[in-house]
Amino acid sequence: MGAYVIRRLLWLPVILVIVSFSTFALARYGPGDPVSVAAGQVRDPVVLAQIRADRGFDLPITTQYYRWLTKAVRGDFGESFIQRGYSVSELLFPRMWISAQLGFVALLIVFAVGIPLGLLAARLAGTWLDPAIIGTLLFLQAVPVLVVIPPLVWLFAVQLHWLPAGGWGGIFSIWWIADVIAIPIPDPHLYIPLVAFTLPGFVGVARLVRVTALEVNTEDYVRTARAKGLAESTVQFRHVLPNSLLPLVTVVGFALSGIIEGALFVETLLGINGIGRFTFQAVTSRDYDVILASTVIFSAVFVLCNLAAELAYGWVDPRIRVGASHS
Amino acid sequence: MTAAAQDVEVRRVRPEGQSEWRLVWNRLRRKKIAMISLGVIILIYGLGILAPFLAPYSYTATNLNEGLQGPSWVHWFGTDTLGRDMLSRTMFSARTTLIVTTTVVLSGSLVIGNALGLLAGYRGGWVDGLIMRIGDIFSSLPALIMLILINATLGVRVIDGVRAFEDTSGIHGLVASGAPSYLLVFGALSLFFWVGTARIIRAQVLQLRERDFILAAEALGATPRRVITHHLLPNVSFLIILEISATLGGIAGSEIVLTWFGVGVQPPAASFGAMLFEGSGVRTFQTHPHLLLVPGAFVTALLFAFNLFGDALNDALHGR
Repeated sequence: MGAYVIRRLLWLPVILVIVSFSTFALARYGPGDPVSVAAGQVRDPVVLAQIRADRGFDLPITTQYYRWLTKAVRGDFGESFIQRGYSVSELLFPRMWISAQLGFVALLIVFAVGIPLGLLAARLAGTWLDPAIIGTLLFLQAVPVLVVIPPLVWLFAVQLHWLPAGGWGGIFSIWWIADVIAIPIPDPHLYIPLVAFTLPGFVGVARLVRVTALEVNTEDYVRTARAKGLAESTVQFRHVLPNSLLPLVTVVGFALSGIIEGALFVETLLGINGIGRFTFQAVTSRDYDVILASTVIFSAVFVLCNLAAELAYGWVDPRIRVGASHS
Repeated sequence: MTAAAQDVEVRRVRPEGQSEWRLVWNRLRRKKIAMISLGVIILIYGLGILAPFLAPYSYTATNLNEGLQGPSWVHWFGTDTLGRDMLSRTMFSARTTLIVTTTVVLSGSLVIGNALGLLAGYRGGWVDGLIMRIGDIFSSLPALIMLILINATLGVRVIDGVRAFEDTSGIHGLVASGAPSYLLVFGALSLFFWVGTARIIRAQVLQLRERDFILAAEALGATPRRVITHHLLPNVSFLIILEISATLGGIAGSEIVLTWFGVGVQPPAASFGAMLFEGSGVRTFQTHPHLLLVPGAFVTALLFAFNLFGDALNDALHGR
């Protein structure tokens, strides 16, 4: 097990080097000279040559990459081409924090809603309600996020004035009762992005829970529990539920990747200043060092989440622990 | 999906004289939902195939005097900002979806995914290791961001390349037809959509490889190529069908998203992504909801139908 974890962790830098090098090459060989992006309005050849030399664009690409890499491992991702004077790190990390909070809450809700719905569908198996639940969730998954957001904003922000139309106000805001008692409530900016993030995710969780719950219900140990006269509720909560949740660990990675990619449109459409919107803006304005840094960070988060999911799976279910039979 | 795919031992009860595909089709035919969703898919793809004949107007002809009209008898789905007929744009968007999904399935899943999966599973050793590690890399990339990046950076290069090809070959009209952006979209998508197929095929081949009929074929001196094409391929064909039905929605959705971001199929070519983009402003939605709802309804119907049909097909192939 230990050797396996180490092997997987050693694999991480390899992936990151491949990702960053291909992004690097794409950015350097793409249209629009990065030098002219950095120069802005200036077209003086002397200035252009100066920028080229300063940023090292006159060097071979492998040398450029090596320079970038040695700085990047120390957390220095260079300077933004568009927002001059700001380092990529100081622009990127506050935005990452916003996206991480939003993504984490979304992930919690996907599981908090998906698991009970899956168990419910399993209990109702054989009736028309089971396919109705799953069918509705499948439908919600099919509606593109791009189509969901404008009507939501129109209804709740423009027509009803219940929620703000966009932006970000943190996870909690304080609700004062008579200016004395402070009650933290979910910030109103949260609702629309959370709906957009979570609707497509429910079905994956619910279906997996449903299938495993149906399987677990026919296992010998559940039959034994019933045979020894336990109440059905005890059987469900003590034996079926925990064992139905095991495979969910594997979909955390999937759910998270959906949320990370969803951040691109949700944040862009709702004006939330997170890493998704920032990356999108960087791609459209060719802010090369920002693109590089966010792609590398996205990939690192991706790989780490998948690894964590895999390890967690082995931890919760010793039967499939990798390499367990050999060691 | 993977659990179902690994459950390979399809319960085979084969009455005399009926092919296995016939059996699957018979099971599928009895499922109402499967038939309805298949109908929706055929309808939307049919609109795409027949768009040049069915469309009442040109999908590029603009008429600013008739812009932003709601649905009427003259324009069933209304008109967009530039006064283009939304019904015709919808049909040609369906055509774009049809072209992109077909080409990506053919190249990404059928050719690359299949070939690499068969090769990795049958050869094993370092070939297997190499192919699967490459797959690992692709699946650990944030696909959407990479796709946006690839399309944003390489778009101009591909157009230049096609233009150079036009000059040397004497074939004209490729750039004008918008072919380069299609080429880029399908190339980039194929790059990411082969991994799933390859993994599933490999897992299946690993099991089949030790079976008696394969060992018998090898003992009789069959070449690896013959073993792969005559013995392994027929036994993984149903997995391929399943994988295709499972990825179609993802491919169609990716094209729409890429075009929405402005790096997919380029105007004036019609795409649901471009139509959704035009309708996605809140103010636009308030005054002209049809700009969002018409393409939104088609995309939702298509993706929903893909999901339902994929499920039903999975059931039918597993003897349910």
